[in-house]
Amino acid sequence: MKQYKHLIKPYIIWAAALIVVPLIMIVLYAFTEEGNSVLTFSFTLENFAKFAESTYVNVIVKSFRLGIFTTVLCLLLGYPLAFIISRCSEKSQAFLILLVTIPEWINMLLRTYAWMNLLSDNGIINNLLEMLGMKPVSMMYTDFSVIVGLVCNFMPFMIIPIYTSLSKMDKSLIEAAYDLGANRFQTFRKVIWKLSIPGVLNGIMMVFLLSVSTFVIPKLLGGGQYMLIGNLIETQFISVGDWNFGSAISMILAVIIILFMRLMKKMDTQEE
Amino acid sequence: MGMSRVKKNPRFAGFYLGLMFFIMYLPIAVVVVFSFNESKLPVAFTGFSTIWYEKLFQNDAMLEALVNSLILGCLSTFISAVIGTMGAVGLSKIRWRSKGAMEYLSILPLMIPEIILGMVLMAFFYMLGLPFGMLTLLIGHTIFCVPYILMEVKARLSGMDPALEEAARDLGATSFRAFLDITLPLCMPAVLSGSLLAFAMSMDDVVITIFINGPRVSTLPVKVYTQIKTGVTPEINALCTIMLGVTLLVLGASALVKRINKTGENADEKQAH
Repeated sequence: MKQYKHLIKPYIIWAAALIVVPLIMIVLYAFTEEGNSVLTFSFTLENFAKFAESTYVNVIVKSFRLGIFTTVLCLLLGYPLAFIISRCSEKSQAFLILLVTIPEWINMLLRTYAWMNLLSDNGIINNLLEMLGMKPVSMMYTDFSVIVGLVCNFMPFMIIPIYTSLSKMDKSLIEAAYDLGANRFQTFRKVIWKLSIPGVLNGIMMVFLLSVSTFVIPKLLGGGQYMLIGNLIETQFISVGDWNFGSAISMILAVIIILFMRLMKKMDTQEE
Repeated sequence: MGMSRVKKNPRFAGFYLGLMFFIMYLPIAVVVVFSFNESKLPVAFTGFSTIWYEKLFQNDAMLEALVNSLILGCLSTFISAVIGTMGAVGLSKIRWRSKGAMEYLSILPLMIPEIILGMVLMAFFYMLGLPFGMLTLLIGHTIFCVPYILMEVKARLSGMDPALEEAARDLGATSFRAFLDITLPLCMPAVLSGSLLAFAMSMDDVVITIFINGPRVSTLPVKVYTQIKTGVTPEINALCTIMLGVTLLVLGASALVKRINKTGENADEKQAH
């Protein structure tokens, strides 16, 4: 039995070398003066001070707005879907949930690209509009196309946790509420919604984290000029070459994510 | 009684379900349909043709990227399967105080946004002086492959009866033999399904790959990514259709493996009773 413990060694070496050390490196980079590597470490807060510039503030605000908007839309569209599925017969539930999860298995690029066929200026929707005698609308490379892409890509992450908590719910509670004279709206608000909150919070967390750190979808559906936090990190590292500032942005993104997760967890425990 | 009141609007519910699934699957259907379109413009279907598939298979750069992707996917999955399985077995045996932290660490790469992982690896490989290319990709892809395999194997191990191994030892097997003959075969389905998942992730990855692939080496998703940035082409529609077909095949295969395992287990149980 004891010998098995040694089996963990390669894993520990791997985890230390590829996760722990690089993450520490990034923190060091973020606090190092521009143009310096971590080996010639010279402490500065300049990389973080850069965020005061309005361009960068705008990028962060835009990322947040988009993340929140996507999350809210996913919740508004996904909750009814999860609810309807949870009311179906058990056999169709399994099938419908499979239908929800299959797109998650399809390459994200493919799913994003698929929308380009529909939304582009000479794409299918615009051709349909023209055939109906209406003016074509420019949809690609706008907030609209980016939001469509985000919502469609991340919707399953909202539906699945909500469905899970709804299907686990004790159905007799709903009947009890009706028997006690509650109407449909009251039953929903006081029983169903309350009991599905853990799933809702999980879904919100997943969708928000994915959409706030996304970078491929806005690049494809929003065009080269569309800047979110993810795109900013990529440009700093690949085009501009300012790794110190790039690291600082990543650190801020990581801090935002950690804070958000703690907030969600707190809300979850408060509910209980 | 109560339930019937909840189901008051079945027609609306059905409509909503249909509409949502229509929106989810419409774009994908469009890609598949237009990959067989004669015309280059994705406007109207002018006639059935496989010309774009033929063009695709004559595209050497694309084929090279595909080969790169396959080699990378197989190798990084294999390495990850070894590290991940050993890690999961080890993790199930240790009683260290740091066990909780280790478990947290094991899923950390799946919780950090890909963009941060990509950038972290890029800076790290640069500092080590590794030339960007196949080697960096291979090491880099293990960062998300290992956690998937480790999680699957760990879940399998936690449901396993420790008495089986003890019985083997009592019957005189060395601990190495007990591991080879009992533990490993029992873990194998989890190793397999985890590896399938890891392989699929490796074949799909764009974000981490573009940070560490260097100027010369390209994988299939990266090639697709750089091409579709400029717009829609029927060739890419064809490629996406093939990728979709492969994904569905792999999904079907993994579902089949799981089902066979389940019926096998049930048969074992029946025999035992």
